[in-house]
Amino acid sequence: MRKRVVITGLGVVSPNGVGVPTFLEAIKNGDSGIKFHQNLKDLNFSCQIGGAPVVSEEKKLEYFTTLQLRNFNCNAILYGVMAGMEAISDAKIQPARLNSDPLWDLGIVFGVGTGGIDKIRELIYKTDEGNVRRLGSSAVIQSMASGVSAYLSGILGAGNSVSTNSSACATGTEAILMGYERIASGKAKQMLCGSSAEDSPYIWGGFDAMKVITYKHNDNPTKASRPLSETASGFVPGSGAGALVLESMENAEERGAKIYAEIIGGAINSGGQRNNGSMTAPNSIAVQNCIKEAIKDANINSKDIDYINGHLTATLKDAEEINNWCKALDREGSDFPYINSLKGMTGHCLAACGSIEAVSTILQMHHSFIFPNINCEDINPEINNLIDIERIPQHIIKTKINIAAKASFGFGDVNACIIFKKNNQ
Amino acid sequence: MTLDEIFTQLIPIIEIYLPQDVSINDIKKESDLTAELNINSAHLVDIVLDVEDKFGIEFANADMEKLRTVDDAIIIIQDKLAKSG
Repeated sequence: MRKRVVITGLGVVSPNGVGVPTFLEAIKNGDSGIKFHQNLKDLNFSCQIGGAPVVSEEKKLEYFTTLQLRNFNCNAILYGVMAGMEAISDAKIQPARLNSDPLWDLGIVFGVGTGGIDKIRELIYKTDEGNVRRLGSSAVIQSMASGVSAYLSGILGAGNSVSTNSSACATGTEAILMGYERIASGKAKQMLCGSSAEDSPYIWGGFDAMKVITYKHNDNPTKASRPLSETASGFVPGSGAGALVLESMENAEERGAKIYAEIIGGAINSGGQRNNGSMTAPNSIAVQNCIKEAIKDANINSKDIDYINGHLTATLKDAEEINNWCKALDREGSDFPYINSLKGMTGHCLAACGSIEAVSTILQMHHSFIFPNINCEDINPEINNLIDIERIPQHIIKTKINIAAKASFGFGDVNACIIFKKNNQ
Repeated sequence: MTLDEIFTQLIPIIEIYLPQDVSINDIKKESDLTAELNINSAHLVDIVLDVEDKFGIEFANADMEKLRTVDDAIIIIQDKLAKSG
């Protein structure tokens, strides 16, 4: 008998808001977190803008000891621990006491794309100088992919599966589904799921070189990220972390936890880089299959979906994504669900996008609104041919969302889709 | 530099790495760094780097192996300082 899985805690560190209350206001208002970055200009980047959370030194001390912050140089761990601990606190879960047993039924899946790159830079410089002995103890733990989950586990005393996943820009959505599976199959009662992405020229540089990020808006950063727009000219790189506490419904009810929503199904697949799929482009049939499988897994009809939180990065692929949703749901025009993209406000937070956007989805369901799509006054006509313009809200809409779909697609031709249902109790 | 002077300069370095439930007053010359002061063994290398910066000396791998107590550190430091003149 599969367990029902609900969401009982949320945490977020986003370019347009650190912490759930600030983030909630930002997405209601359509506030952009994209800024000009002088260091990118100095380094001759074509794209000199990006989305990065603003975290003060005082804020760091709320989550880390001064000892942990000594020689600390890893944004993935910084953002991941902050978002993760906010979600844990929101779910009212107490960390295990020191010198006691860990929490055997609490696990963690916290994904990263590239983690600890600034630490890796230190590592490479010291190594090449023949000065390995001066690295100290921080190089390994801050550059290992599982650094975020390991830091979180140490703070919490998590005693179930503690791991890290990585599937490019599908990482965050995949992490949630991995935690969901573990609870549904009865192997854990609570899973802290999320993902984290760093802002660093050493990560963003590769995307700049690929010419997939926009170079056209360096003088107007807040207008740069333009999902669904005719003038979308590539994504804006972003960073941050999102985190969700997943829990078996019985465990949540037993302890009287606040329940935001239920995960009623999901699917993960790959296009195998076949047909029109490649390392960097999605196989459309696989995308459609992933969405269809998620709907089937959730045991709903595609007509039941009220709202879609899209991947929609602000590239030429946005129209293809809308077409895939239309085909997978067999809905178009005015029959299409409401859809929006958070990336207009945050940029594309890469490995973190799925979890940050999932948090935005749950907040919209919980507070009954749909946040505005920003920077698509000029809707791409190809998209407008598929779905009605009123399905792409440009101002906040107050409406109940009963069922929402969230999908993410990543390099390597990988896809993940989750179906959430509002908790109506 | 006398042994006591070295000890006085070592205390703030060690203090940084103490767990929250161990006090600066617990640092004695005979204290075992990991077994008694509960310092994470991974941090011993960081303490050594801080000591090297403070005293302008360099620990060899063999010195690291000898390092168990605060006294061990004091003796190694005094020895290095004497050799460096």
